[in-house]
Amino acid sequence: MDVLLDNLDLYGPGFLNTVELFLISAVGSLVLGTILAMLRVAPVPVMRAMGTAYVTIVRNTPLTLVFFFFALAFPALGIVTADTFGGSAASLFYTAALFALTLYTAAFVCEVVRAGINTVPVGQAEASRALGLTFGQMLGSVVLPQATRAVVPPMMSTMIALLKNTTIAAGFSVFQAGSISANLAERGENQLIGLLWVAGFFVVLVIPMTLLQRSLEKRWSIAR
Amino acid sequence: MRVRTLAVALLAGGLALTACGKEGGPGDTGTAPSQQVAADVKVDGSPTFDKIKARGRVIVGVKEDQPGLGYKDPTSGKFTGFDIEIAKLVAAKLGYGDDKIDYKAIPSAGREQALINGDVDYYVGTYTINNKRKEQVGFAGPYYTAGQDLLVKKDDNSITGPETLKGKKVCSVTGSTPIQKVKTDGLTEPENIVELQTYSLCVEQLEQGAVDAVTTDDAILKGYASQSPTTLKVVGKTFSTEPYGIGLPKEDKALRGKINDILDEAINGGAWEAAYKATLGVSGSDADKPVIERY
Repeated sequence: MDVLLDNLDLYGPGFLNTVELFLISAVGSLVLGTILAMLRVAPVPVMRAMGTAYVTIVRNTPLTLVFFFFALAFPALGIVTADTFGGSAASLFYTAALFALTLYTAAFVCEVVRAGINTVPVGQAEASRALGLTFGQMLGSVVLPQATRAVVPPMMSTMIALLKNTTIAAGFSVFQAGSISANLAERGENQLIGLLWVAGFFVVLVIPMTLLQRSLEKRWSIAR
Repeated sequence: MRVRTLAVALLAGGLALTACGKEGGPGDTGTAPSQQVAADVKVDGSPTFDKIKARGRVIVGVKEDQPGLGYKDPTSGKFTGFDIEIAKLVAAKLGYGDDKIDYKAIPSAGREQALINGDVDYYVGTYTINNKRKEQVGFAGPYYTAGQDLLVKKDDNSITGPETLKGKKVCSVTGSTPIQKVKTDGLTEPENIVELQTYSLCVEQLEQGAVDAVTTDDAILKGYASQSPTTLKVVGKTFSTEPYGIGLPKEDKALRGKINDILDEAINGGAWEAAYKATLGVSGSDADKPVIERY
């Protein structure tokens, strides 16, 4: 208990930043991932190719490598530097972390959504076309609403993975839960206990997500 | 068939490319002094020493990424540096020569746990002695007194000490004591603090001009400065005292006393100086001999 109470200045802001990173990149990757999934089922070949290329290149590239690109390589090439953010190195690294997490997770979200789209019977798309709906209307009002229901559990797994992936930002100058143990080591605290607390808080963060998943599944369950 | 030919060609090309490593790494500094191995050493009541004896080899925890202190040559796999010399010296006086030492690279954050678990017999790697750590591990030494300093570009004359850091970007390792000090003392603005995984990443950022200074113990900075003496320099104004000790299991008072005796003898004899001159001394700066503090 002492390890936690003596270092509340680490745990408090650390987990607040983790939650903030998670929320922003979750929204970003859900939006981008859905757009990518729409691209992958689009009737235009070029759009399909774009979606496929993105998923092929980005999916399961080691996240640390993606971080390297945004936090270190781009500044080194002069594409974006701290000067882009008014000379603030902290903003540069924070933005880099958001981009890395969002782009990485979007590839997984895209595939989850696409799997959902595939569960919707083709007849649904044909029927909406027969009714005269455009491709966008068909996706937006007929297919995606049904697709989302089917993919709540895998989507939540992707989001939980994202939550835990945020800790990689610790190595790239973003202070959050992943930085706590390094700070504790230098303060001479017992790290095993320190890390147990970190793990404990992650479980606490995952519980509401699991509850959300359960309630969504219940609310959206339909007879097929 | 064509695919296979292509694959073979790529593999061969890859092997050819990786083979052209550079000769001599940054670890190749001076010639290291050889130690005379003591015979029939007894350390009564030391569980760690009993373990070493039963095993017939010493396992020493070290750093692998700090040139001049504890550095593992990526091509030859050999460890070099001042910390390594101290580790060898202690092992020799315990009765184990170079060929009976196993080095285990352990990063800062894992040191206490490695000693508590008994993964290593003792740890020599820029390990600052402090009271908080003494609650978990034991310390022999100090065998070197370092202090927080700044590494800057050679042509940078605007940074002359900690008070001139305002508005400058400062880099160090995530959560390390020096960067915690920069934060708590407000030496520079929070948005100018950069924390990366290793010191070498920070030094790279400095060389690219993405940060203005790298801060940590002068011993570590001297190692990097001696790697690129034409582009980097150490400011040379320390603003903390970091006595480096040899980390040991907490309860092993017998081994602690023995290692303190060994260090004392080395410091007052010529062995300590020889080890320093062959490693950190190459950077051109001298060091004061430490005084052993027994507890």
